[in-house]
Amino acid sequence: MRKGIVQLAALAVVIAVLTTLVAVVFQWLPTSASVEFDRIQDVYWLVTIISIVIFAVVTAIIAYSVWRWRVPADDEEDGPPIHGNTALEIVWTAIPAALVLLIGIVSAVVLARNGEAGPRPLRVEAVGQQFAWRFVYPDHGEVSSGELVLPVGRQAQFTMRSLDVIHSFWVPEFGQKMDAVPGIVTTINVTPTRTGEFPVVCAELCGLGHATMRAKARIVSEAEFEQWIAERRR
Amino acid sequence: MTQTHEETRIPELPEQFRPPSGPLRRLLLGPGLVRGAWMGALFFALGTLLVLGLRAWWGWLPVWDTHIVVTVAGMVALPIGFLAGIGAFDYWLYYISGRPTRPEDHSGHGARSWRDYFRVNTDHKVIGIQYIVTTFVFFVIGGLLAMLFRAELAEPGLQFVDSQTFNGLVSAHATLMIFLFIIPAFAGIANYVVPLMLGAPDMAFPRLNALSYWLLPIAGIMFLASFLAPGGAFASGWTAYAPLSEGQPMGQTFFNMGVQWAGASSIMTALNFLVTIITMRAPGMTFWRMPLLVWANFTTSLLVVLATPFIAGSQFFVMFDRIMHTSFFTPEGGGYVLGYQHIFWFYSHPAVYIMMLPGFGIVSEVISTMARKPIFGYRLMALSLVGILVLGFSVWAHHMFVAGMADWLRVPMMITTLLIAVPTGIKVFSWTATLWRGRIRLTTPMLFALGFVTMFVIGGLSGIYLGSVPVDIHASDTYFVVAHIHYVLFGGSVFTIFAGIYYWFPKMTGRMYDERLGKLHFWTTFVSFNLTFFPMHYVGLRGMPRRVFDYAEAFGDLNLVISIASFALGASTVIFFYNMVTSWARGPVAAANPWGAHSLEWQVSSPPPIFNFDEIPQVVAGPYEFGVPGARHAIMSPAREAEGVPA
Repeated sequence: MRKGIVQLAALAVVIAVLTTLVAVVFQWLPTSASVEFDRIQDVYWLVTIISIVIFAVVTAIIAYSVWRWRVPADDEEDGPPIHGNTALEIVWTAIPAALVLLIGIVSAVVLARNGEAGPRPLRVEAVGQQFAWRFVYPDHGEVSSGELVLPVGRQAQFTMRSLDVIHSFWVPEFGQKMDAVPGIVTTINVTPTRTGEFPVVCAELCGLGHATMRAKARIVSEAEFEQWIAERRR
Repeated sequence: MTQTHEETRIPELPEQFRPPSGPLRRLLLGPGLVRGAWMGALFFALGTLLVLGLRAWWGWLPVWDTHIVVTVAGMVALPIGFLAGIGAFDYWLYYISGRPTRPEDHSGHGARSWRDYFRVNTDHKVIGIQYIVTTFVFFVIGGLLAMLFRAELAEPGLQFVDSQTFNGLVSAHATLMIFLFIIPAFAGIANYVVPLMLGAPDMAFPRLNALSYWLLPIAGIMFLASFLAPGGAFASGWTAYAPLSEGQPMGQTFFNMGVQWAGASSIMTALNFLVTIITMRAPGMTFWRMPLLVWANFTTSLLVVLATPFIAGSQFFVMFDRIMHTSFFTPEGGGYVLGYQHIFWFYSHPAVYIMMLPGFGIVSEVISTMARKPIFGYRLMALSLVGILVLGFSVWAHHMFVAGMADWLRVPMMITTLLIAVPTGIKVFSWTATLWRGRIRLTTPMLFALGFVTMFVIGGLSGIYLGSVPVDIHASDTYFVVAHIHYVLFGGSVFTIFAGIYYWFPKMTGRMYDERLGKLHFWTTFVSFNLTFFPMHYVGLRGMPRRVFDYAEAFGDLNLVISIASFALGASTVIFFYNMVTSWARGPVAAANPWGAHSLEWQVSSPPPIFNFDEIPQVVAGPYEFGVPGARHAIMSPAREAEGVPA
């Protein structure tokens, strides 16, 4: 039996290593471009580690059992009448409960921090309409643009509205998403960490042109942002 | 199933119950598809006249409004006329009108020829097969729709279809697979198996059971007919969020009403299961001796009865907004847009468990029997189903983490969502523990059961990512969600349906399927399934939203791989259908108990006698007593055994 446990453990380790390779060799997430997404990626990796362990344990037991105790289809003997094991059942109730509570607490903390207002936030109104986005800068004389331009390192506080059906504002590199819902105003924060151009994607099916409802997000330095605003105000 | 049951004597009917005399009169006036056709047409005409008459009376112009006529005459009156024509209401109408009825009329019970499968039949075994065959027809149609839009998605840009058609294909695929395949396929398997497992001669309400089945093709045809409507099929996703769905062309109303018929079918079947399980257990069959499949259908039925009225309500409200100009979900009239999502998901999240718990039951039967060991932790397995049932009602808003709902709802909904991993984990660990030291026979149903456990673990773990609010904010509405639901509903539910079909195939047909083809089916499905859906996790997290006909160039290669794999997945089911059809027609005759299982359905002939049991069995122990010397689940002929006569 002890030999069997060692074999099983070895199999689980092999599966865990292979799964870990799948998780790290491919870059599953876009390179983060926001403070918020950095925090989200921490949660992502916590969940990934737990997932790899659980996946490895379960698949190793299944594969090992089939390899070790497989019999021909016409075999008629029964296995041992094991009906359960209370201690084991308590363990596999308690450990997953503890793990998901850990994930829940970490997630709640990250969610709360991503919702906090930063210093000197920039207010932006995102208005969704079939099938385009419009961005309004109320701190800068209601400047309006089809392109989203944000200064790097400064928190943007989005308030979202929709003029027709539900849309969803998503910039994959920001890791932040929020629906624009007719009749109510919704909010989300993004603090860009690097300059560059990123796609703004509508993530909620909004009709015929949903797939083409795209805009550009341009993250620039503070000086470039001021210059851009000044040009738009003229 | 085509074999006859001459041994069951059907008594001659008294005069007033005999079908109309003369072949032509019988064809036209006797219950059946012909009467269904002309009564459907008649009711359609009456419905049309009703609409035109009322509109003319009230002076609503134009008097002819195609949308209203189609809704009232086509989607309400016509189906009622059809159901009356095939005879689904005959007994009740006789009773209501004070004409003589025969409570013990078994003329519509059991199948003596293949024609009996096309009639209103009160035998739960016939109804089970009607359900299963019908749902697999819609499985094929839903799969073909998916392959059409996968062809469109093979490269970026728009190639084959326009965007409204694309959205319609996506919406109809999901709708058919959910409402016309997974949910009713489980209802079909349970219809066949549950009364047998309980030691009951039939379901509690056989006529209601027949009616529940016949509502199903009506719903399916309604969903498909929407492709013929002006403006095309319903195209706002199977979730049909308002207000998008409210501004859609006529096809959307087909969805609104199709859901009503499918939902009514679900609710009636679930009530039937509940009453059957509570009142018709054989002597000695306590709740703690019920097979886990019965437990699974008990909890599923509770979910259906409590939750399904909510989706019915949500679709009625949308339809009222569309055709009666109410404003439940239009902000201009004071409506509340998020109200739709709350009501919709209050059904549609429990619906995920409606689509999963019966599969848990099937897999418990298969794994215990094929590993030849008692199910590990039977009571906790049953209680975890109840745990999922209760928790399942407290998590609906996790579909709305980015919907703009009240902020304070997010964390509590996240915690309950994550906690569902606990009872689900108990089930997975108990299945693996059942395998441990078993004598494992890798038959086709067992391969599908083990394939299910591994795929469901992946689907469950991706569910943890989506349950965590911050990660969900990034991943919701992307292909990651598409991957997740297909690991849960295909790698999960559909694999268990296949496991159940192979497992009970000998019981249902009296013949054995081809084991070699079954294994080929499993491996081709398993590989092509993973090639199709695993890469979707990646494209989703990298930035590809769901329900788009066009996407960034960067995702082109992987989408081509996904499309090719999806065609392979479609092709793999051809093996399944070939195996089923040829084995049903001329496979080797199956024994009563080919797997050596203990539960009651295996203790009677394959297929079972017309009323299941010659004598009601006496249940004496649990259903999984493998390896216990001399253990039995039930005594099949209690009276004879008491007299010392061998059964």
